[in-house]
Amino acid sequence: MKETLGRLARIFCTYGVRTVSLLFAVSLISFLLVSASPVDPVQQYILGLGTAVSPAQRAEIEAYWGISVPPAERYCNWLTGILQGNFGYSALYRRPVAAIIRERFWNSLALMLCAWALSGVIGFLLGCVMGMYRDSWVDRLLKKICYALSSVPTFWLGLVFLLIFAVWLKWFPIGFSAPVGVRSRDVTLWQKLYHLILPAFTLSLMSFSNIALHTRQKLVDVLHSEYALFAQARGEGRWTILFGHGLRNILFPALTLQFSSFAELFGGSVMAENVFSYPGLGSAVSAAGLNADVPLLLGVTLFSALFVCTGNMIANLLYGVIDPRVREVGE
Amino acid sequence: MKKQNRRTMAVLLTVIMAGILLSVYALGIFIPDEAAAGSFLNAGKSPSWEHPFGTDALGRDLLMRTLKGLSISMTIGFFASAISAVIAALVGIAAAATSRGVDAFVNWLIDLVMGVPHTVLVILISFAMGRGFWGLLIGIAATHWCSLARLIRGEVLQLRSQQYVAISGKLGKSGGWILFHHLLPHLVPQFIVGLILMFPHAILHEASISFLGFGLAPEQPAIGIILAESMRYLSAGMWWSAVLPGVVLVLIVFLTDQLGEQLRMILDPYSAQE
Repeated sequence: MKETLGRLARIFCTYGVRTVSLLFAVSLISFLLVSASPVDPVQQYILGLGTAVSPAQRAEIEAYWGISVPPAERYCNWLTGILQGNFGYSALYRRPVAAIIRERFWNSLALMLCAWALSGVIGFLLGCVMGMYRDSWVDRLLKKICYALSSVPTFWLGLVFLLIFAVWLKWFPIGFSAPVGVRSRDVTLWQKLYHLILPAFTLSLMSFSNIALHTRQKLVDVLHSEYALFAQARGEGRWTILFGHGLRNILFPALTLQFSSFAELFGGSVMAENVFSYPGLGSAVSAAGLNADVPLLLGVTLFSALFVCTGNMIANLLYGVIDPRVREVGE
Repeated sequence: MKKQNRRTMAVLLTVIMAGILLSVYALGIFIPDEAAAGSFLNAGKSPSWEHPFGTDALGRDLLMRTLKGLSISMTIGFFASAISAVIAALVGIAAAATSRGVDAFVNWLIDLVMGVPHTVLVILISFAMGRGFWGLLIGIAATHWCSLARLIRGEVLQLRSQQYVAISGKLGKSGGWILFHHLLPHLVPQFIVGLILMFPHAILHEASISFLGFGLAPEQPAIGIILAESMRYLSAGMWWSAVLPGVVLVLIVFLTDQLGEQLRMILDPYSAQE
């Protein structure tokens, strides 16, 4: 028991150090990139104000933003601010970045979670079907579909769905996470879900092929193994073998793969949120980039890195659960 | 006999697909700018014989614009994947053939690049470069090398444990000699196939980032920009401007992907004899 606890502590230490060093590097590199940009944030901010600004007022804004402070010192200030939970103030939305991220993260999380679960379930089921009926017409058809889907850009699929289901059939709304003209506290859960369906469906269609092909391969390997052959010799049917021997061997790898796909999930949600004008982190990051809202851009970047790191860490821990050989990583 | 046929088929398919891609590229390059310029008299026309893809809200012919956009996308995609593949080769070889410290650093670097969603990273790089062609090119090149680098690292590690490499070392050959004469020849097919399989991803990312508005200037006919414009007129019923250019993009990406697969079948020593 004590040994297990010690091992767990070691694993968490290893991943903790790794995650912290990665996040630190992400903060440094993104800060350097943003500092190198020829886009002038002050100019963008003044343009956003919509009024003429005198040179004296401009100097005041620059002093308030600390433009003359050397970059190294600015970076240190920014980093200490973040460690205290202060991500700065968004120039675009005129609100603290932390508040924007918190609010939009829940929107994004709802979207990504739905898409993630949906693509996992669809992908796993299709993978099982493909593996069970290997080389039949079903398998070949599904495989073709999976390969074809990987050539389709997310945003275009979103556009086509929007055209078919929202513009032509009018089944779904054109965008946003809630109906226009309704106060945010009056929005019902059903209305939120209703606005979520189309983007989540688009996003999940983009990512299920990977998991389906992976599951198919794993299942084919299992069905070709000697223990599957032995089970067959004992007179077990194909489906009994799948439930008795197959599932436990393919479920965890599929789950692990699904957890390590957080980066693609986030990237896909940036596209989907922009197509469906969904107010999540993805639409915030592109708006921040287009409007030179540096604090928001940096904040979302850092947050997305944290999100991906969390997924990878869960995936790594899951590897340890499935495969005892990997469990020794912490040592 | 049948095995021979499959290989010949693969070679034939490769030549045909490469021919189609090259002709699309050449078409886009040689179409004069006037052909894609518009007049407001033709604004918002649905597809007809005169304008097979219809015209957009400014009256520009969408087929011409799509073709020109594809050639821009292919240029960016090609250069970005070429740069990316070279980075991958250098990093992969450096990780596997030098010290353990370098290997650990490279692994950490790959984790770092994979740790930020590609779309976000390309947005950042594009922002740093002040948007435009170069931001897009460098952004895509800087994000796509990771998986190929891992593949090449694994390959080099495996080659280094081969006996003939050990014997070559014992015979007094230098590390550089072994690298050039024993390792690189094995890596060439991996490199070329990796490069070509990276190409469709690069095109897709180019279109996505242009769609978000971080790529080329809005007046340039990039596919992403055409589709972003079409989104504004979607509820006005201009379906052709969203559907048709996208279909062509998907076909081109699919074709490059298949081209890579066929080439892998021909070049990869493990499947070359199938």
